[in-house]
Amino acid sequence: MPITESDIEKIAELAHLEITPEERHKFAPQIAEILAYVEQLKAIDTSAIEPALGGLTAEGERTNVSRDDEVQPSLGQKLALAEAPDPACGHFRVPKVLS
Amino acid sequence: MQTYSVSEARSALVNGTTTARSLAKAAINSAEQLNESLNAFLEINREAALRRADEIDGHKQHEAALAGVPIAIKDNICVRGMQTSCGSRILGPYHPPYNATVVERLLTAGSVIIGKTNCDEFAMGSSNENSAFGPVKNPWDVLRVPGGSSGGSAAAVAAGIVPVALGSDTGGSVRQPASLCGVVGLKPTYGRVSRYGLVAFGSALDQVGILTRNAADAAIVLEVIAGRDVYDSTTADVEVTCYLDEIEKDLKGLRLGVSRALLGEGLDDQVRTAVEQAIDAYRNLGAEIVDIDLPHAKYAIAVYYIIATAEASSNLARYDGVRYGFRAEEAPALRQMYRKTRDEGFGAEVKRRIMLGTYVLSAGYYDAYYLKAQKVRTLLRRDFARAFENCDAIITPTAPTPAFRFGEKVDDPLAMYLNDIYTVTANLAGNPGISVPCGLSNEGLPIGLQLLGPNWTEGTLLRLAHAYQTAHPLKAKPRVHA
Repeated sequence: MPITESDIEKIAELAHLEITPEERHKFAPQIAEILAYVEQLKAIDTSAIEPALGGLTAEGERTNVSRDDEVQPSLGQKLALAEAPDPACGHFRVPKVLS
Repeated sequence: MQTYSVSEARSALVNGTTTARSLAKAAINSAEQLNESLNAFLEINREAALRRADEIDGHKQHEAALAGVPIAIKDNICVRGMQTSCGSRILGPYHPPYNATVVERLLTAGSVIIGKTNCDEFAMGSSNENSAFGPVKNPWDVLRVPGGSSGGSAAAVAAGIVPVALGSDTGGSVRQPASLCGVVGLKPTYGRVSRYGLVAFGSALDQVGILTRNAADAAIVLEVIAGRDVYDSTTADVEVTCYLDEIEKDLKGLRLGVSRALLGEGLDDQVRTAVEQAIDAYRNLGAEIVDIDLPHAKYAIAVYYIIATAEASSNLARYDGVRYGFRAEEAPALRQMYRKTRDEGFGAEVKRRIMLGTYVLSAGYYDAYYLKAQKVRTLLRRDFARAFENCDAIITPTAPTPAFRFGEKVDDPLAMYLNDIYTVTANLAGNPGISVPCGLSNEGLPIGLQLLGPNWTEGTLLRLAHAYQTAHPLKAKPRVHA
């Protein structure tokens, strides 16, 4: 699968990444090489195979993970905001949404 | 400094020949002294550690499983009162308001956390060269990589700073650095150990792992941290046994599987020889050697780099400069702030993987890449299930080569990814694996063997590791040592 620099720009846009022209230039052939490598999977017949989504073991699948709907103590507003880059009046402040 | 095991530390405390304070002090002193040459720690917290050690001495908590044992924690596992950076600038660093469940359990068992260890950014890497804070150096040769991503934890244990460190293993990040640094590295079964408080990378693959100098110490630590946790719904309700009792049993009747294909192309000759000698050693110890085949193992790297990057692109979407960590300055609007923050906060490898993951999940490509990879993962799981009908564990190399030099693979991501060829299979299949030192190369660099078992057979793996280490201890010490 040929990956062009403009593909890289589009992917970066989707991933909320701002990348420089130099990075674009460097990443395009690297990502193309990795994608060419994973192409080998196409040769395997998986038409009758279920995907292993999730990743749990059989015992994990059987484990009951539900709990009673009870109020539990939580972090609270002060602690939750303690690491925020720009907290304001009990909220997370961000730059304006519409430019 | 004389190295000691977990049980030696406890007996010394109980006998009164040492105190938790003096163990903590010695560990902190050597961590500080050796950090100039190794860069293994991103934070060393002398005050917190000594306060904690005094508590243990004061309460005579010396009978607990890990009483007074100094421990280092990889910097992607949350410890209250210390930083969590994940080796990344984007976290700021972050100071978590809570402890990971594994940390809670270690503290309850009497251990003393002395600091946070350096790692590849967000655990993405096999050489530690992706840490935003400079790479960890291999204590056996500081011009060489310690492996990754838990390189700081492996180096701290190898250099005799601490007897135990925690790491995380998504594709081999505990086992591969253990191999390159000459220590034991255990990746438990998926669901054996809680990930609550472990920063997520590939959620269907991540496990917290243990680095120690010997299998007996890993057995003690696993018993402490394993088991169901209500804060992690992926932990399974499976009994935690006394692994220490299990490892003392001899190997008679155990069948060890060998895949000749995995000892073929791409493997360094010295590693092949060392692993073949280890196979002979196991035969002499009473194990039966049987041939097995994992026909889909050759696809594991391809499957892994689709699934792991897809999950990473989703998990790392949370780093947006809003709730914690770093925020880029002078962005006129929200969207630009996100993009600038992520541009300045993430390093090249993390960006590369986020983009690869975004691509394989994007419209029109999901079936061809992600779904396809998950189907091949099913085939790999079946390979293991079939192999384990005929053996109790499988022996392979841990890494294709001993420690390589800094810069050797840094511009070739695919070559770097192939370091994980023997380790990623266990993350994809969910089963446990352990790396055990099995000799030194001509250059005096450690070589590791890997043992893989069926789900929940950590006891058998530790038993095999213990038997090998008892018969063939690694006698040499790294050049950089406490």
